[in-house]
Amino acid sequence: MRNKKWLLGLFLTVILSLVLAACSEDDATTEGTDTGSKDSASEEETPQVLVFGRGGDSVSLDPAIVTDGESYKVTENIFETLLSFGDEDTTINPGLAKEWTVSEDGLTYTFELQEGVKFHDGTDFNAEAVVFNFERWTNGEAGEFPYYESMFTVGGEDVIASVEASGDYTVVFTLTRAQAPFLKNIAMSPFAIASPTAVEAAGETFGDNPVGTGPFKFVEWKRNDSITLAKNEEYWQEGLPKLDQLIIKVYPDNSARLNALVKGEIDLADGINPSDAESITSNADLQLIERPSMNVGYLGLTSTRKPFDNVLVRQAVNYAIDKKAIVDAFYQGYADVAVNPMPSSISGYNEEITGYEYDPEKAKALLAEAGYNGDEIELWAMPVARPYMPDGQKIAEAIQGYLEAVGIPSKITTYEWATYLEKATNGEADAFLLGWTGDNGDADNFLYTLLGSANIGSNNYSYYKNEEVDTLLTQAQTETDEEKRNGLYKQAQAIIFEEAPWAPIAHSTPLLAGKANVKGYLPHPTGSESLQNVYFE
Amino acid sequence: MLNYIGKRVLQLIPVLLGMSFIVFLIIRAIPGNPAQVILGQKATQESIAALEEKLGLNNPWYVQYFDYLKGLFTGDLGESLRTSQPISSEIWPYLAATIELAVFAMIIAIIVGVNAGIISAWFQNSWFDYVAMVIALIGVSMPIFWLGLIEQWVFSLNLDWLPTSGREDVRNPISPITNFYLIDTLIQGRFDQFGIVIKHLILPGVALATIPTAIIARMTRSSMLEVMRSDYVRTARAKGQKMFLVVYKHALKNALIPVLTVIGLQTGLLLGGAILTETIFSWPGIGRYIYEAIGYRDYTVIQSGILVVAFIFVMINLIVDLLYTVIDKRIKYS
Repeated sequence: MRNKKWLLGLFLTVILSLVLAACSEDDATTEGTDTGSKDSASEEETPQVLVFGRGGDSVSLDPAIVTDGESYKVTENIFETLLSFGDEDTTINPGLAKEWTVSEDGLTYTFELQEGVKFHDGTDFNAEAVVFNFERWTNGEAGEFPYYESMFTVGGEDVIASVEASGDYTVVFTLTRAQAPFLKNIAMSPFAIASPTAVEAAGETFGDNPVGTGPFKFVEWKRNDSITLAKNEEYWQEGLPKLDQLIIKVYPDNSARLNALVKGEIDLADGINPSDAESITSNADLQLIERPSMNVGYLGLTSTRKPFDNVLVRQAVNYAIDKKAIVDAFYQGYADVAVNPMPSSISGYNEEITGYEYDPEKAKALLAEAGYNGDEIELWAMPVARPYMPDGQKIAEAIQGYLEAVGIPSKITTYEWATYLEKATNGEADAFLLGWTGDNGDADNFLYTLLGSANIGSNNYSYYKNEEVDTLLTQAQTETDEEKRNGLYKQAQAIIFEEAPWAPIAHSTPLLAGKANVKGYLPHPTGSESLQNVYFE
Repeated sequence: MLNYIGKRVLQLIPVLLGMSFIVFLIIRAIPGNPAQVILGQKATQESIAALEEKLGLNNPWYVQYFDYLKGLFTGDLGESLRTSQPISSEIWPYLAATIELAVFAMIIAIIVGVNAGIISAWFQNSWFDYVAMVIALIGVSMPIFWLGLIEQWVFSLNLDWLPTSGREDVRNPISPITNFYLIDTLIQGRFDQFGIVIKHLILPGVALATIPTAIIARMTRSSMLEVMRSDYVRTARAKGQKMFLVVYKHALKNALIPVLTVIGLQTGLLLGGAILTETIFSWPGIGRYIYEAIGYRDYTVIQSGILVVAFIFVMINLIVDLLYTVIDKRIKYS
């Protein structure tokens, strides 16, 4: 009996406190709105705070250990790399290194570092710090620093033989083999320089307490919700950053994120559906922002499976699909029709190739010549939206129609994303939709990664294997003469075009939107950028 | 009574064990490799193999399972494969976010649902009854995804009354103590922020309350109708008791038992996290946490997350069973 009374009492207390809470609601609410309007009225005196809305959370804020774009979006603001990319392209610019020289044989790189730069914890940035970071990555366990492994090891062998400090602000890199995109690799987000003191102190939790030299300092991370960064008052670049605070917040649903932008809860929104572009351009309070394209969306044709083991059938598929119509319908025109496996902005792009025109008759003739027997194929549709493939299901349906018209019956299949990738990696698909966003704007990062036979079982999902292409691509990796190197890539593209391991579809322009008064935001083709130049007008 | 509680808690052990085993097997049966997902599309074969080794994914499944169980018995929920964070510390903010929203939604659902049910039963076949029950029918079949976006469109974009999503005003953030923001703001004496938190709770709370409200209303109505026809109610009315007292005092008490069962089940469901509501309203809750873990094949998070949710679910049911004794003195556990 006593127990019951106690329970009842507890229950009533809870109810009572909730009722009381609900009663005080009204007063509190008005108070809340008041502060809100005050903020907007005296915008000039209040700190400049920008809220950036995006689709997913970061995995970790230690750029060296992650591979996902959502992590780099944040770390690009906290950390800096020795070299940096151009504002809107992947040309090489000074970063934490102000000058650099390359030896004749391409095996020694010497970097002169910026002086007087400090990490957010007050320690000095110098040659020792650079050496510390590279040693950390070289000595990491397998899988610990995935990008370091994929960019700076070839066939299990390290590309970087040693990194040495020669003087306080000079670092010398010695390579085991020439690597043409070495400088571009050095500029990639994962190779940002972290404070050695902080790395040692934090150990495994460095990703929660990131310390770099960048324009913003880390303040707080509410997981799956928001990350707050504050202006680095001691930033070495005069007058930057312009914002006092940068908040990066997760809005998983694209429509809800756009609603938050329209309402003014956020100032910039990532991941805008092409179909929403019109509603943004017609709203005077908003601006539509286009990220320069550095991706490719394609239909892969697994060359080890029937009927795509026959090059004529692969060419026929290329003739059968009206890519222009797909770009207009599903990318709302915010994409270029793809001809080669990489976008035209990348050096080494073969402009002489004009692509397969839409010609169903020719496709039929090729199929007849190939002796294709009309067997049904599986056509895989991507289950998730990506900038290079905004709606896999609908694009697959369109392609299904085009293939049907030339006499290739197909069945659309889809799997949950992780399963899809695994099965595609195993070469289980006949024809499949996929895509790629470049890491460093180098041709190697597209052609070798996606079509080199060494990458069968990872990113060469179409199981394409051509020895001539392999030779050209590996030769290009060590060729340091830019012109010769481009020549090699152009040759490779010509062969790939003839052999048609894919039907390339589009190089899309990922869309963002912002409040009209946000200025100085230049989205970078790699998908992540520092917001140091952004300000409110 | 204490004996009974003890027995029930002991019974939880086999239930949770069995469940952990089933979840463990199911997530390993689906294709997809955590090491591949963690390292991304760009990973090399060697690093995938190495990471599998490091995460212990190469061990036979029973070894993995017993390692996991060993951890559980020492209170260790494991580490997220993806973020390397200990789950026991990582999970709390998500759980708190979900509990806060679920409790808020259930308060709406209980107040609205029970009263709508009572009035419908009281004035059976009146226009109120018909309208309420049609709304309830719409409520149970409402797609939450659509409702959420419509709510945002009407109440935040057009009427400008409420924020679209999130738990707080990001420009004026709350420093979490308990991670229940309503409590945290009160502890800190930030009454302005308390109001902001309430405002953020309303839209997702209403969206989430829709289905439970409808179910509770329908259950209350049918249960009340039955009780209202019973002899003791007629006696009470014959004695000249006011109708309001008869309904709310005498009839409701006996009608409440099945309603309480439904409330318990619904609360349990909401506490499991409402993925759609949490997605539309950018609510950093447990549903999205587990759902995203499935996408990343973060085995440990899926296992431990579901285990925690299941634990809460059975605890709620236990509490409901105990509440029966408070409402109906004839019910006794021994």
